[in-house]
Amino acid sequence: MTDNRISRRAWLALAPLSAAVLAAQEHAHEVMRSARPAAFSVLSSEEAREIEALASQIIPSDDSPGAREAGVIYFIDRALATFDADKGALYTEGMRRTQANRLELFPNSQSIAALRPAEQIRLLQAIENTEFFDLLRTHTILGFFGNPSYGGNRDLAGWKLIGFEDRFHFEPPFGYYDAEPQR
Amino acid sequence: MKQFQPSEEVDFLVIGAGAAGGIMAKELSSAGFSVVVLEQGPYLREKDFEHDEIKYTRLDAMTNNLKRQPQTLRKSTAEPARVLSDKFLQYGRQVGGGSVHFTANYWRLWESDFQQKSRHGGVSGATLADWPITYADLEPYYTKAEEELGISGLAGANPFEAWRSKPYPLPPLPVKSSGVIFERATKQLGLHPFPAPMAILSQPYRGRGACLHCGFCEYFGCEVRAKSSTLATVIPIAEKTGRCEIRPNSYTRKIETGANGRVTGAVYFDANRREVFQKARAVILCANGNETPRLLLMSKSSRFPQGLANSNGLVGKNLMVDAGFEAFGLFEHPLNEFKSVQTTRAIHDFYEPDPKRGHYGGGGIDARFDFYPASFALFGLPPGAPRWGREWKAMVAKNFTRTLTLLAHATCLPQEKNSITLDPDVKDAWGLPATRITFDFHPDDMRNMKFLLDRQVEILEAARAQRIWTDTTDLSLLPHNHLLGTCRMGDDPKTSVVDRYHRAHDVPNLFMVDGSSLVTACCQPTCTIQALAYRAADHIAGAARHAAI
Repeated sequence: MTDNRISRRAWLALAPLSAAVLAAQEHAHEVMRSARPAAFSVLSSEEAREIEALASQIIPSDDSPGAREAGVIYFIDRALATFDADKGALYTEGMRRTQANRLELFPNSQSIAALRPAEQIRLLQAIENTEFFDLLRTHTILGFFGNPSYGGNRDLAGWKLIGFEDRFHFEPPFGYYDAEPQR
Repeated sequence: MKQFQPSEEVDFLVIGAGAAGGIMAKELSSAGFSVVVLEQGPYLREKDFEHDEIKYTRLDAMTNNLKRQPQTLRKSTAEPARVLSDKFLQYGRQVGGGSVHFTANYWRLWESDFQQKSRHGGVSGATLADWPITYADLEPYYTKAEEELGISGLAGANPFEAWRSKPYPLPPLPVKSSGVIFERATKQLGLHPFPAPMAILSQPYRGRGACLHCGFCEYFGCEVRAKSSTLATVIPIAEKTGRCEIRPNSYTRKIETGANGRVTGAVYFDANRREVFQKARAVILCANGNETPRLLLMSKSSRFPQGLANSNGLVGKNLMVDAGFEAFGLFEHPLNEFKSVQTTRAIHDFYEPDPKRGHYGGGGIDARFDFYPASFALFGLPPGAPRWGREWKAMVAKNFTRTLTLLAHATCLPQEKNSITLDPDVKDAWGLPATRITFDFHPDDMRNMKFLLDRQVEILEAARAQRIWTDTTDLSLLPHNHLLGTCRMGDDPKTSVVDRYHRAHDVPNLFMVDGSSLVTACCQPTCTIQALAYRAADHIAGAARHAAI
């Protein structure tokens, strides 16, 4: 514990970090999170990795966090364990078909997660008119923009992206146009 | 809170603790009568309310849920009803009912609303009728509702509004960007925008604090009691009388009828699904336009083989719902519509039906934002926009704070074929027949919604929105939250279910007081439902004092 704290303080005391270092740090942090074995209730870690690979192209990580950083996969796991428990079969069947689609499109590939991003996008385009895709899209969006208490929207990634604030109290003016008369 | 034994014969058994039931409870207990209120949902308090979009909009934490209470739908009796996976009818299902989660629009009817048949004649295929009462009959109770509950608005700002004996008790809420844009554009078009009357406190009132503008009104309960729900206003007063018990988690399955044709009380399932019979001298149904007729139809007896109070077969008929399409506009600068109440400006210029339009119908239009973050990401982008991926993400990020909605609140014609009946096959989680809905909008309703949509688009054009789009799918109208007309009020027992004082024509000690009483439907019904409840309570208490029930 003590060592940890000291090293963390030392780490923070370093000169301003380059973007690359920060990205690497963030990446390492995420790998650690994703690898947390006990965190899933219904998904195996392999299923979670494959579903997360799809969700991460629905809401990609670019100059702001995407589904992966927001922990959407934890939301999906929780949904399938609780309020959407009756949708587990749709996931199982949907993923089975998606894996078959992957092998058709990319015969030598090993997994969705191992595909290159452009290939993952092509795979999603192949399934985007299916009931399973609609459910996955809905879950990904709910996980990204819903209340963080459901396991997703980590660090309020979804809300920060769109400029939403969950506050108890706002004062007028609320926006540009109702402030105008006072300008 | 006073507790009664089920075997104890109370003066009044009120079924449903919502917008109307809360008022009946308060008025009758304050008048000295003993009252038990059965509410099928839980007793949630302000501390239970959260800012949680998923909980209230996806998991139905405060509304009916199809897994528990299925619904089936058909467009006409000629087709089989299908089991729905999306709600067609939605209602509040806790103490306070829909008044807890409603948007809080609080519009009085116009004087002309009470005489639509006389003014416009019949409409083919519809059962348009005059009300048995006039605006003047209801005006004192509109005023009472506004004063007792706490309504914010500006009297006289709407040049079309009916006369009123008193101004609103509270000034309007602060205008939002959507309201400023709407006001400018409608004035430019020669229309008459006015501050939307809202059941939300703009200033502290009667021990409750003012709105904090958190933005979580529609679909949500107000955790600071600024929304003037019956939960926050009249129900606590009813309980303080010591003569009223609110009994939550009590799902009524049958109103019992005695040999003399009078009702004797009701059987309900308690929280543990045990059947309990509560005895009462009179029963008042305030269960909403779906549950009230459903319960009457479930309350068959040898005396009423077609269902209670249904000798003319009209219980459940003439179902009317909220109508009106949405138009959307995208603007250059952030509106931040997620803050504060959903709507601050409206117009009534197209409210009164006009034969020149070539169809029956009219309605109001307001500027608003009904989205929360996830629903916006799911449904908020214009047609043709990507549905996922990098470009979609950038559009959601840019548009969320820059989008507004113009929503029409349109007439819905009563038609006898539109109805609530008991599904012969599908049961709810308690084994009771599910609601079977037979519904199709009248062709004039559709023409009217399209007419209003054209006006909405004109306003957005005048506002110079960067992009304008509309949604005219059936799905865009779901779920319907205004459940009206299914036990309509009238003087003639052959063509109506309750009389002008809400007493069942067939049963002297049974009253129906909720959306089911409405004869016609324009726009926003809550204010009228609550005024009717105050008026009915006044009459019922008077009759009870003179043993005339």
